[in-house]
Amino acid sequence: MSIQDELKSAITAALPDVSCVVGWGAGPEPLRAAPLFIRGEADLEGFSAGFLSVNNPALYLPSLKGSKVGVVVKGCDARSVGQLAAETLIKREEVHVIGYPCRGVIDVDKVAAKLAGACETGEVAALREDGDDVLLNTPKGEVRLAKKDITADKCGRCAFPNAGNADVFVGERCAPVVTEDGYADIADFEARGLDELKAFWEQEMSRCIRCYACRNACPLCVCRDQCVAMSREPHWLSQGDGVRDKLFFQIIHAVHLSGRCTGCGECERACPLGIPVLKLKRALSRRVEKLFGYKAGGGDTPPLLTFLVEEPTIKERDWK
Amino acid sequence: MSVLEGKELRIVGFLCNWCSYGGADTAGVGRFTQPTDLRIVRVPCSGRINPLFVMKALIGGADGVLVSGCHPRDCHYAEGNYYARRRLEVLKGLLPVLGIDPRRFEYTWVSASEGQRWQHVVSSFTAQIHALGPAARFTEAPEPARLGA
Repeated sequence: MSIQDELKSAITAALPDVSCVVGWGAGPEPLRAAPLFIRGEADLEGFSAGFLSVNNPALYLPSLKGSKVGVVVKGCDARSVGQLAAETLIKREEVHVIGYPCRGVIDVDKVAAKLAGACETGEVAALREDGDDVLLNTPKGEVRLAKKDITADKCGRCAFPNAGNADVFVGERCAPVVTEDGYADIADFEARGLDELKAFWEQEMSRCIRCYACRNACPLCVCRDQCVAMSREPHWLSQGDGVRDKLFFQIIHAVHLSGRCTGCGECERACPLGIPVLKLKRALSRRVEKLFGYKAGGGDTPPLLTFLVEEPTIKERDWK
Repeated sequence: MSVLEGKELRIVGFLCNWCSYGGADTAGVGRFTQPTDLRIVRVPCSGRINPLFVMKALIGGADGVLVSGCHPRDCHYAEGNYYARRRLEVLKGLLPVLGIDPRRFEYTWVSASEGQRWQHVVSSFTAQIHALGPAARFTEAPEPARLGA
């Protein structure tokens, strides 16, 4: 039985006990899947999980709190579920987690770069997987792309491909790509120097259109209508379109995710302008991991919600 | 234009009401000379200090930010400074990636009786900021990058 069929039967088995199961179905175009809410067996028709299952279904769990729901997760989505449960934003016993081994997901921006000059990603009429490659039907004929060339960056540093906290796991567990996330990308980024980074963010944030897609796609941004970015009292952000306001919004997002971000990369993926906003969150995650040995998503108490009287890793600021 | 233009920098200090603000007061009462670059914001407790206060000040044009609270074990509210210590320590990891010199932000502990220590903290932090010079502000609208560059 294929993974798809096994997942479908796991969902069917869960359906009587839950109000819905969140998974993935056909999206607006062949390159993109979309979240699918499965309420009955009829909805299972469109279900599929795999290379196109980009969205993080944990996003919907806090708003469904109070009823028993099922969710199909990749490894990274399972970390989000674990973090939400650790912060009691969801009740773990209300969520039926169905896991499967994830071998990476597509990055449509990378496909767009590969197709540049030939056609737009929206013009791709069909996508077919063929082992380690995908075949795209484009107006200019069939294009074969290696999966590894169009896989999301986060998958290249994935330490948790299998949902560790799944209630039901289908398929064979696959080996993680790396055992430890070394944050080499952040170290390289920082090595560019303060002046260059300042100019980098000025340039990148000047493109930001303040659509807040990064926030809306973030499974751990749970304030929704109470977001401080909307607050008038205190007035953290003006309505202006200057770089400082837009950058400060990203700072708010990063600071509010410090010690919580599981690095699922949905903020960056959702950004319609391709601004690398995940970098700020990863810089803080690296700091938290170094100071408190904490990886978000494991289910332990987040480090900023607790303290030690003697902090072994924090140098006391006795000021010379 | 102020006569101090160029001589003085903008340093924002967030001081807890019970220890550090008292310590700064003690330094004043004791007539210890101290640099005048620091603008003090009094907060109830270092645990009240949202890391975003620090970031807002730095993005808004402050040249340095100093946070000071009660010594660990001495918090008026028993544990506010323990939470502050973790938050502020984590925040230091965000500054370099944004292109802000992490030395522009420091935090420390000063009790209400430590006027002398307060003088030392303010003087050395101000000297540190002066050594770094005025912070380059983030421009509101940079020159657009050349297409295809």
